[in-house]
Amino acid sequence: MNRLSSRVILRSFILLYLVAFFAYLFLPLLYMSAAAFNQSRFPATVPWQGFTLEWFDALLNDSMLWSSLGNSLLVGAGVVALSVPIGLNAALLLHLLQKRVRTLAYGVMVSPILMPGVILGISTLVFWRGFDVGGGWHLAVLAQTTFIASYCMMMFQARLQRLDPTWEEAALDLGASHFQVMRRIMLPFLAPTAIGAAVIAFLQSFENYNTTLFVYGSDRTLTIYLAGKVRVGLTPAVNALSVIFILLTVAAAVLFEWRRRAEARPAARPVPAKASLGRAAPVPAE
Amino acid sequence: MQALVARYGGPITALMIFTSLVWVLGLLLLPQLTMIDYSFRPALPLAEIGGPKDVYTLENYTFLFGNAGFLTIFAKTIWSSILVTIAAFAICYPLAYYLARGTSIGRARLLIVALIIPYWINEILRTFAWMLILARGGLINMALMELGVIDQPIVFLGQTPTIVLGMVYAYVLFMVFPIYNVLDTLDKAQVEAARDLGAPWWCIHWRIALPHAKPGIAVGCISTFMLAAGSYAVPTILGGPQSRWFTEVIYSQFFEGMNWNRGAAFAFLLLLVCVTFIVIMMRLFRVSLGEVAK
Repeated sequence: MNRLSSRVILRSFILLYLVAFFAYLFLPLLYMSAAAFNQSRFPATVPWQGFTLEWFDALLNDSMLWSSLGNSLLVGAGVVALSVPIGLNAALLLHLLQKRVRTLAYGVMVSPILMPGVILGISTLVFWRGFDVGGGWHLAVLAQTTFIASYCMMMFQARLQRLDPTWEEAALDLGASHFQVMRRIMLPFLAPTAIGAAVIAFLQSFENYNTTLFVYGSDRTLTIYLAGKVRVGLTPAVNALSVIFILLTVAAAVLFEWRRRAEARPAARPVPAKASLGRAAPVPAE
Repeated sequence: MQALVARYGGPITALMIFTSLVWVLGLLLLPQLTMIDYSFRPALPLAEIGGPKDVYTLENYTFLFGNAGFLTIFAKTIWSSILVTIAAFAICYPLAYYLARGTSIGRARLLIVALIIPYWINEILRTFAWMLILARGGLINMALMELGVIDQPIVFLGQTPTIVLGMVYAYVLFMVFPIYNVLDTLDKAQVEAARDLGAPWWCIHWRIALPHAKPGIAVGCISTFMLAAGSYAVPTILGGPQSRWFTEVIYSQFFEGMNWNRGAAFAFLLLLVCVTFIVIMMRLFRVSLGEVAK
């Protein structure tokens, strides 16, 4: 066999594989989404019984859905309010620790990402029982913050690695106070990352299931509600909700990617997820 | 410490240390230690907690190892999670290599955006999609019956292999990105040199690409295994009473059996399994914790 034809065979294999992989990735989601518009009472796309929007209508009248959305927003806001400052403080601290202490501290601080989410939920639940605090949105905030703060910390840390230390030194030499250095140099330098960290923290919180499962008490979040609906009370309204979820996700992903590309240097390859470990959504590499 | 104070000043340093300690101790370490403490105590009525019967014991652990049913579920969860990890690696290594080395930068970018979208979609939705496809009246059964291959629908849901398939689908992208990230730094000249010297394609992967990708493979495997072993959504949506996952056992100890101590013991075992897996991967791939948690 000559070299050219073996290359052609190889290329068609690769193409076949790519098509198969992306079909595998997207077709199930498309199939599920299509069922949201089918008149059938059980969520299915075949047999097609006619186009309808009634399942979206059903969502509007679902009061449980709206209250769980409210809880999700509340928990998300709480997580953002805690994990962004925690991540910022921890990253600044790590930045100046000695190498050996830093490695240890860093290991402890990223460990929540390497643990199953259920463990974080369980340990939070058990710990707060000692103070007579039961499950609820506040425990959901605390349990989620445990690992979401790690992502925020990693994002700030990546940014800090690009900080020119002479800025700070120059400011201090010129007589700036520590507060001034923080307010005029560090915080403006870190501000774009803080916005990114807040977005990631919110999305992580919004879609979290495993950790929330053990601590939500009676404050059901939207993800918990959705999972419950999938298991009992399944109608195509669940698909309608899924379609909305997917559309929002796609919008967020596209927006995020677009923003990052606008910031990235044109020659650089995209790095989708430097911190792509754990249950993460991609954390943008700064 | 002095460097810190010199750089940030006393009050700011104090704030940074305080905030970090609240997080690491208050949210992470103390809850973990409480959970471990719970796991070594008997389940007692509220009145007897702290009383003479509240002593350290191994009974929550010996219970698991004396209960064939739970022990089977525990072993099956570990074994199946390993299968998920291997399968995810097998199907995504070629993709990661293609994205990093096999195509133009422009096309790789486009494909990566296409990967990021499902990566961001909630795992419950991704699993739900497969539930509809595999249900009794779902897509696959309908198609097979239409084609006359079967006359009775096949029961997919509630079987362990179905859960494994569902998990591969739900977690495969956690394997793609870490491997892609390291392969992206592979020097193209090395691959070309090997090819010029007559190395066949499998040799290039075995001797150059795979060794280079080790840290990424380790991270991908650790993430995938942890997600699979700790998954609750996939086994509850695609599974049934015959295919229980260890997380479901833990959940039922907490919210059905109301035996938090036993639940804590089971949770700690799950954590130990994941830690052991991390250590094994680090040894196997000779990577340090710093590289893994980068």
